[in-house]
Amino acid sequence: MSDNTSVDDLYRQLDNYIDSLPYKKENLIGVLHRAQEIFGFLPNKLQLHIAQKLDLPAAKVYGVVSFYSFFTMKPRGKHTAHICMGTACFVRGAEKLKDELEKQLGIKTGQTTEDNLFSLDSLRCIGACGLAPVIMIDGKVQSRIHKPAEVKEVLDKYREQ
Amino acid sequence: MISIESNNNWHDMNQLTVQEPSLKEGKPSMKLKNTAALNALKAQSLGLLENRRVTKPVTTKDAQGLPRHIMVCGGTGCHASDSPQIVNLFKEELKRRGLADQVEVLQTGCFGFCEKGPILEIHPDNTLYIQVSTDDVVDIVEEHFIQGRRLERLLYTDPKTEKSYASDLPFYHSQLRVALRNCSYIAPEDIREYIAADGYQALANVLFNMNPGEVVEVIKKSGLRGRGGGGFPTGLKWEFTRNNEAKQRYIICNADEGDPGAFMDRSILEGDPHSVLEAMLIAGSTIGATQGFIYVRAEYPLAIHRLEIAIKQARDYGLLGKGILGSDLCFDIEIKYGAGAFVCGEETALIHSIEGTRGEPCVKPPYPAQEGLWGKPTCVNNVETLANIPPIILKGADWFASIGTEKSKGTKVFALAGKINNVGLVEVPMGTTLRKIIFEIGGGIKDDKVFKAAQTGGPSGGCIPTQHLDIPIDYESLVSIGSMMGSGGLIVMDEGDCMVNIAKFFLEFSVDESCGRCTACRVGTKRLHEILIRITEGQGTLEDLDNLVELSKIVKTSSLCGLGQSAPNPILSTIEYFRDEYLAHIVDKTCPAGVCKGLLKYEITDKCVGCTLCAKKCPVSCISGKPKERYVIDQDRCIKCGACKEQCHFDAIIHH
Repeated sequence: MSDNTSVDDLYRQLDNYIDSLPYKKENLIGVLHRAQEIFGFLPNKLQLHIAQKLDLPAAKVYGVVSFYSFFTMKPRGKHTAHICMGTACFVRGAEKLKDELEKQLGIKTGQTTEDNLFSLDSLRCIGACGLAPVIMIDGKVQSRIHKPAEVKEVLDKYREQ
Repeated sequence: MISIESNNNWHDMNQLTVQEPSLKEGKPSMKLKNTAALNALKAQSLGLLENRRVTKPVTTKDAQGLPRHIMVCGGTGCHASDSPQIVNLFKEELKRRGLADQVEVLQTGCFGFCEKGPILEIHPDNTLYIQVSTDDVVDIVEEHFIQGRRLERLLYTDPKTEKSYASDLPFYHSQLRVALRNCSYIAPEDIREYIAADGYQALANVLFNMNPGEVVEVIKKSGLRGRGGGGFPTGLKWEFTRNNEAKQRYIICNADEGDPGAFMDRSILEGDPHSVLEAMLIAGSTIGATQGFIYVRAEYPLAIHRLEIAIKQARDYGLLGKGILGSDLCFDIEIKYGAGAFVCGEETALIHSIEGTRGEPCVKPPYPAQEGLWGKPTCVNNVETLANIPPIILKGADWFASIGTEKSKGTKVFALAGKINNVGLVEVPMGTTLRKIIFEIGGGIKDDKVFKAAQTGGPSGGCIPTQHLDIPIDYESLVSIGSMMGSGGLIVMDEGDCMVNIAKFFLEFSVDESCGRCTACRVGTKRLHEILIRITEGQGTLEDLDNLVELSKIVKTSSLCGLGQSAPNPILSTIEYFRDEYLAHIVDKTCPAGVCKGLLKYEITDKCVGCTLCAKKCPVSCISGKPKERYVIDQDRCIKCGACKEQCHFDAIIHH
């Protein structure tokens, strides 16, 4: 969400998208994907808006949002670091890497740093098993990270940006 | 539930949008009106593949001046290691050296040899370069294209024989690529390359030379079984769906590849998306569906991108839409995104997710073939299963049935990963032994360590120990040794992996992913996980071991869907083959692999010179001693963080 876009504009963007759909209720998951793309997360107010727009009970929208791990109801930091916890990364030291990331960022997986710079999450396999263990920051894969110094180096790159 | 009217409306909507792309852009129609037009386009496109199909080897020197192709791997691993930048740099450098017209740079799907990525292959002199970095581009252009010599330092060298290879690498020797036939061979973003490689010929054959009954017979006779894990005969599934009376039926491609450590389907979608579209068209015309859905993980942006391009191109060429190739087949495909729920790989859960609800499974029967998406007969096939369909139609059922074992025909793609030298994507005939896959194709265990177990089937599978390495892999044999085929993840583990910890890892996954609908899975997996945590922390009892087995059997037999029914497999197989490791954790309170932190004991040996570094680094100050003498760790206060061992310059600290 950029600063110079007002919240109303964001809602308008979402409404335009919903209006363009040939069918609505059955596209709830698609709408939620789009909403998360636009707003960054799915707070209660937004879920209520979607429920009204699609003529669905709010409970159903909440039920779907809370079921799928891809959707988040909390705002994320500027950068999101996903640590891969697939089996290949796991046997090549992902658990240690996770501990190190948590230590250096001072947060647990699923949390965001106080300065809102980093969110830390885990995911299951991004298919880059040859490069294990990996972390993915803002969609970019950082491969074969083993040592604490390497973790620091990667995080520093994003801190400078 | 959606009403019948809105379903029809929505279907009409899809058909209305079909003609849109070419009309909107005002281009002359590219639509292929009949088989002759398809064949004409094929003949015209053959030139694209000409220099990749040379039968007589051409040396790099002789290839000078000929049209050349650089095929750069665009699979996930290589993509993550800057292969798109390599493509761009090549384009710039070739332009600078005046070679842009002669040498074309293309991005392909996965080569399979992910360990040595980024990989690229140069045609027609078939030279494969490995571990290419952005810094190598200038060198390759100079040596290979200007000087006409192979750049030796980027060739693959077999670590055992020290022989270097430019083509026909040992990694590929025992492989047979059917589902992956076009990955790394064609550029997936150009439909003409797929058409030149016999693409959409199987569809034309089905539309004009076969009736649906004949197609079902061919698939049944080929012996093709579902590659997503279940192993249900594909031909039978098509027949069941077709035999159920309905005005509308659906075909769904299951691309919700959720197994941690598996990336076969993703590689097919990225490397050869049209083969999946063509197979869905064939399935659609056979079972009588006019609409298909591809349910793909949202975590696969590249696969989604390539699918979108493929669908657009197929529509532009009239291979999706109304009256395909002049037949009366109307068919369109829509992509649906998953949202990070493993259980959606189960077909009834997947159908609920497409309908826009929570992806919870339901009781079968009725099977999707009877009442599936919006209550209509629905056929759900996995990506790899579909990728096998076009070659079966073109080469015949007998050809396919001649590969593999008695009950498992054809090939299987495995994502080989873990503690192995050649991590990658391999496709082998069914019946190949694990030993061959791991030690020949995979190049053995990393760092010369000892093989301990191979894990197949992800969280639903089991760990296969050394004594079963020579078992020929097929659906039945894997089940007989307590594992399963699964979707194709194959994780290799060595002596440094603790099997109790691995079981705990998979159970944690199952607890996370259990949808909560049935008690057996929701509560059962949680209790199993808790017992495993106790054991890995040294709190386990022998009774826990019996409870694990008993509860596992209950969860297996009373869960609603495949997730719960198979979730205890990692526990049961590790207890069967690695009982001694469980006993070591429970009775001796040690972790033989040295993984479970709670059971580790750090000790300072007589190599200690008394440098004091460990004592300074210890966060709980539990190391004491006199400078220049051997230090001691207070075991009661040690938190097993390992900081002392990491810091020691004299290898004086050990753990066991």
